[in-house]
Amino acid sequence: MGVWTAYFEYLSVGIEATVVVWTISFISAVVIAFVVGVVRFQQVPVLRHVAFVYVEIFRGTSLLVQLFWLYFSLPLIGYSVSPMTAACLGLALNSGAYGSEIVRGALTAVSRDQFEAATALNFNSTQTLLKIVLPQAVVEMVPPFGNLGILVLKDTALVSMISIADVAFRAQQLRTMTYDSANIYMVTLMIYFTLALVVMLIGKLAERYVKPSFQRTPLLALGAMR
Amino acid sequence: MINDINVDTSSTLSFFLDVLPLLLKGLQVTIAAALLGFAIALVAGLFFAILRQAPTRLISWPVAVFLEFVRDTPLLIQLFFLYYVLPVYGITLPAFMTGAVAIGLQYSGYTAEIYRAGIGAIGRGQWEASTALNLTSGRTYAVVIIPQAIPRVIPALGNCLVGILKETPILSTISVLEMLNLAIIVGDRTYHYTIPLTLAGVLMLLVTSVFAYLVRFIEFTVPKTGIRLR
Repeated sequence: MGVWTAYFEYLSVGIEATVVVWTISFISAVVIAFVVGVVRFQQVPVLRHVAFVYVEIFRGTSLLVQLFWLYFSLPLIGYSVSPMTAACLGLALNSGAYGSEIVRGALTAVSRDQFEAATALNFNSTQTLLKIVLPQAVVEMVPPFGNLGILVLKDTALVSMISIADVAFRAQQLRTMTYDSANIYMVTLMIYFTLALVVMLIGKLAERYVKPSFQRTPLLALGAMR
Repeated sequence: MINDINVDTSSTLSFFLDVLPLLLKGLQVTIAAALLGFAIALVAGLFFAILRQAPTRLISWPVAVFLEFVRDTPLLIQLFFLYYVLPVYGITLPAFMTGAVAIGLQYSGYTAEIYRAGIGAIGRGQWEASTALNLTSGRTYAVVIIPQAIPRVIPALGNCLVGILKETPILSTISVLEMLNLAIIVGDRTYHYTIPLTLAGVLMLLVTSVFAYLVRFIEFTVPKTGIRLR
C-alpha cells in the first residue's frame, strides 16, 4: 500500500496535463461537432462536401496516425506546432468528427412535424434551426456526448506518445526507474478510472439539467447495474 | 525485415514506390491483429454478457464493475499492463498476441453491452410464448432469442470491428511491426516523415472504408427476421 501512495504522488503530477488536454480538446470537439453537424444537416452548398471529407478522414484513420502526422509532418511542410498544440488539435479534430455524427443524428431524429409546423408559422430555416430544432435535439445529444467525453479521456493517454507529460507518460518514466510494472500500471489504471467516473458524473449532471425528471437515470449507474 | 529497409528518397515518386510495399506488409499485421482481437472480443464478450446476467449478485456485480473498468480506462495503459505484467507471472506471449488480447479484452466490454442490448431488445412476448410452449431456458435461448438477436447486434458489432482496426496502431508502442511502426521507422531512417505517415493514413482510410462496406453488406444480407438455427 505504501508503494501505491508513493507511485500515486509521482503519477499525480501528470493529472494536470491529462485534465488540461481533455478540457481543451473536448470543448473544441463539441464546438467543431456542432458546426460540422449543422453544416451537414442543413446541406450548406460546398461546405457540406468539405465537412463530409473531414468527417470521413478523421473517423476513418487511426488517432495515433493523426497525432504522429500532426507532430512529425506539420513542421516539415512549414507549420511548427508545440507538442501540446498538436495533441489538442489531433484529439479535437478526431473527436469533433465523431461528435458531428452525434449532432447530425440528434437533428435528424427531430420529428418531421416540427419542421412542418415551423414552415406553417413562416419561420425561415435559421429560425427553425435555432428556435425549434436545436433546443429539442440538444437534449438527445447530452448522453452520447457524455460517452464521447469518456472516449476522449481514454484517448488522451495517446498524447504521451508525442511527449506530453501526462499520467501515461509519468507511468512510463516511473517504470524505467523502478521496473515495478504491475503496481505502477495498476495505480495508473485506477487514476484513469477515477477520472472517467468524474467525467461520467459530469455527463449525468448535464443530463439531469436538460432532461425532465421522469426520463432521468440514476447518477453513477454502472452500465445500468442490477 | 527492418534491417533491409532500403528506400530511395531522391524523388517523391521513388520514395513512395519504395515505401508502399513495406507498409502493405505492415498492413497485413494490422489486419491480422484486428481480426484476432475482434474474435477474442466476440467470444469474451459473450462470456461476460452471460456472467453479467447471472442470477446471483455475487457474480453479476463484480463482472459489471470489471466491464466498466475495462471500458473506461485507456487501451494504451491496459496494453502496457499486460505487456509488462504477464511475464512476471510466467506468461510470455509474443508482442503481437499480447496486443490482440489487450484489444480483445477492452472491446469485450463493448461487445458484452451489445449482446445484452440485443437480447434485451427481444419482446417479452417471445419469452412468454417460449414458456407457454414449455421450452427449457437453454432451448429458448438457442432457437428463439439468439436467432432474433443476431440481426440486431450485427451493425453494432461491425462498428466494433472498424473501431478495433483503428486501435491497432497502438500496438506499435509495444514493438509490434505493424503499419504505423514501419512508417515511423522509415521516417527515423530517412528523416522524411510526411510521405510514410500520409501513406499510412491513406491506407488506413482505404481499409476501414472497405471493412465498413463489408459490414454494411453483411447487415443487408442477414434477414431482419432472424437466422434459423437447427
